Amino acid sequence: MRIAVLSGKGGTGKTLVSVNLAAAAKTSTYIDCDVEEPNGHLFFKPENIQEEEVSVRTPKVDEKLCSGCRKCVNFCKFNALAYIKDKLIVFEEICHSCGGCILFCPEKALTEKERVIGKVQKGISDQVTIYTGIMNTGEASGVPIIKKLFNENIPEADKQTFVDCPPGSACIVMESIMDADYCILVVEPTLFGVHNLNMVYELVKLFNKPFGVVLNKCLEEENPAEKFCFEKEIKILARIPFDNELGILNSNAEIAVRKSEKWRTIFSTLLETVKKEVHHEATSNS
Amino acid sequence: MKIAIPVDEKSLQSNVSVSFGRTPYFLIYDPKTKKSVFLDNSAASSTGGAGVKAAQKVVDSKANILLTPRLGENAADVLKAAEFKIYKTTTASAKDNIDAFIAGKLPLLDEIHAGFHGHRGN
Repeated sequence: MRIAVLSGKGGTGKTLVSVNLAAAAKTSTYIDCDVEEPNGHLFFKPENIQEEEVSVRTPKVDEKLCSGCRKCVNFCKFNALAYIKDKLIVFEEICHSCGGCILFCPEKALTEKERVIGKVQKGISDQVTIYTGIMNTGEASGVPIIKKLFNENIPEADKQTFVDCPPGSACIVMESIMDADYCILVVEPTLFGVHNLNMVYELVKLFNKPFGVVLNKCLEEENPAEKFCFEKEIKILARIPFDNELGILNSNAEIAVRKSEKWRTIFSTLLETVKKEVHHEATSNS
Repeated sequence: MKIAIPVDEKSLQSNVSVSFGRTPYFLIYDPKTKKSVFLDNSAASSTGGAGVKAAQKVVDSKANILLTPRLGENAADVLKAAEFKIYKTTTASAKDNIDAFIAGKLPLLDEIHAGFHGHRGN
């Protein structure tokens, strides 16, 4: 069972929810796909870290063989190649590593070279296995790192996996939710929060994923995010209060579930709700 | 010498386009013959790498001077490789900017923006 936790903007509580769910599940896997600034490891402080580099393949030209026919330039849909003053220029950060230019080159002037764009780490914290994707500063796309994270971790039906997604609804988020059985959308009670909830709401609908909402930082007053859920008939999975104790625990990079009975109960209840939802989806779709 | 300018319309009186990579047209102007040619910018609809493709088009037009309000990093790399001289336009029309350039009144474009690649969110 793979659960993806996402939100339209940063700072709504994706990491709070996914880290605490993974901790509440005890034997589980936590995958941090927020490769630009992964922070789940700050909470888990994983041990026995194993590390592997992630690289992409980009074309390299042998100028002696290049005839200047420009077949590669014309083929590239990402415009990663230019032919200027009898020389081919490769824009590595635009290249999507499709390899098409290499196949098309009639002179066999293009070959592949590997370029490291980041790494994945694997570690253990109690009974939680933690995977962290880390993208090197200045790289444009973290998608290859997410692919690597998922290649490392094949979903197992009996083991719960929690995916901490990057913020927003762009390619990298799509890649993160691709194989999810269920999506949890985390939202805070502001109009801005609702706007960003709407973005991920449209995304999970587009991907036909079963989903529910966690209302985070709830106050006594009216909650525009809750109103949005009522209007769209979206399942509300939990309401997490705007709470001083939780704020302090989280700011100190503590896992609330491992520190207090109160929070263990709240997140265990959420976990049970999600499990039921996933089970319900599985039976109603079979 | 030939001058390239990103323009919003196929006219010498057109505005200079605010975008190089995604301008609808390029005006290629030959000050000797006073002839203007307008090129469609097929890069405008690219999902990515518009600057590179647009720059390739401008280089292929045999221009060697570019007048533009701004320019991204990748396009600048292509144009530098082609030994272009790049000048910064004012808000006046394409024709007025050409006249200002010929009179030596346009400054060199010294600021290249890093582009909008891979920014977060949408």
